[in-house]
Amino acid sequence: MSILTYNGGAMLAMKGDGCVSIAADKRYGIQMQTVGTNFQKIFEMGPHLYVGLPGLATDTQTVMEKIRFRKNLYELRENRKISPKVMASMLSNMLYEKRFGPFFVEPIVAGLDPVTYEPFICNMDLIGCINKPDEFVVGGTASAQLYGMCESVWEPNLGPDDLFETTSQALMNAFDRDAISGWGAVVYIIEKDKVTIKDLKTRMD
Amino acid sequence: MHSVMDSRPFFEDYSVKPMQRQFSPYADNGGSIIAISGNDFVVIGADTRLSSGYSIYTRDQNKLFKLSDTTVLGCSGCWCDTLSLTRILNARMQMYEQEHNKKMSTPACAQMLSTMLYYKRFFPYYISNILVGLDSEGKGCVYSYDPIGHTERSSYRAGGSAGALLQPLLDNQVGMKNMQNVQNEPLTIERAVGILKDTFISAAERDIYTGDSIKINVITKDGIKEDTFELRKD
Repeated sequence: MSILTYNGGAMLAMKGDGCVSIAADKRYGIQMQTVGTNFQKIFEMGPHLYVGLPGLATDTQTVMEKIRFRKNLYELRENRKISPKVMASMLSNMLYEKRFGPFFVEPIVAGLDPVTYEPFICNMDLIGCINKPDEFVVGGTASAQLYGMCESVWEPNLGPDDLFETTSQALMNAFDRDAISGWGAVVYIIEKDKVTIKDLKTRMD
Repeated sequence: MHSVMDSRPFFEDYSVKPMQRQFSPYADNGGSIIAISGNDFVVIGADTRLSSGYSIYTRDQNKLFKLSDTTVLGCSGCWCDTLSLTRILNARMQMYEQEHNKKMSTPACAQMLSTMLYYKRFFPYYISNILVGLDSEGKGCVYSYDPIGHTERSSYRAGGSAGALLQPLLDNQVGMKNMQNVQNEPLTIERAVGILKDTFISAAERDIYTGDSIKINVITKDGIKEDTFELRKD
């Protein structure tokens, strides 16, 4: 088994009409044994910017600290907020620096541009190859299940309420078919003037 | 092994050391199956793409096998094993009919398939099987198998190369999982066929081993109705 599946986890981000969502499960496990049910892997990187780091839990936290540090330096030097695009490029470069000894995370960046409020989502592999689709991105051990769900429930121009429903249904039904994901979930809906964070009550088995 | 210290050139064909060659008796020919049952019917669908790695053998291969007037088997995985299994299965069906002077029921057929798969426990048929039909009460039933004969009766199932993509969608749309305030009204044939088509469309987007078209069999007490539906061909 790959080290990327050591701790388990499921994550997805979707584009809507003037809004984006990012959601993940809350399980922290060691292979088949569940150790915690409140593990955070989506991190706030700005008022409209969130980064999710599914993969090896220790690298989730290390990479989060590294990008938070680099984001803070960027914002002090440039005296402006970091945009999702810049965050994705920075993360991609950081991961590629470790091309032959990578961090075992497959990051997802979701947010709105700080100036134009244009929705942005992307994901990348563990060495930083960026993928920027127009609809949704998935990651973690339940990615096959998430692809199946998202491919049929996602539609263009969803409003924030519909986007929340679509995202949570896709996530919940996907991780219920993955033994090492689930045990609670959190959904972030990012809009121009508010971010809604909702905890989902899911089955705990 | 030839070492760096050795001054003579090394020619593998002329070496006296024994060489090992590997033959793999299995192939993965892909394909996906979906079955959904209702109170008095069952529908089963299979894609028609037969492939190996990145190449497509044919875009028009039927993977549904009619075993009797009320029983259909869907197979995906190693195609040569599918051919072998269904050939023996048909022979066993005929033997049963001649010995007992009656057609085999779907649950009996399901049990026989499980036994036949387990008989090859240590050199299994590499197939993901889904058997559907009507039981003795005329209700639709779905049996799914692992390659060595573990079986489970359920009301809907997805299997094959896109099984992981399709199953959560069926949980949601047929099993009404993770939904609140919905009454589980009985499934109609039209809705079952509609869901089946939609799930295959989604699978064909992301699974390279699933596509081209689907063959659908609708089994009711009046017989088996066949249907086809086009999928993306890339």
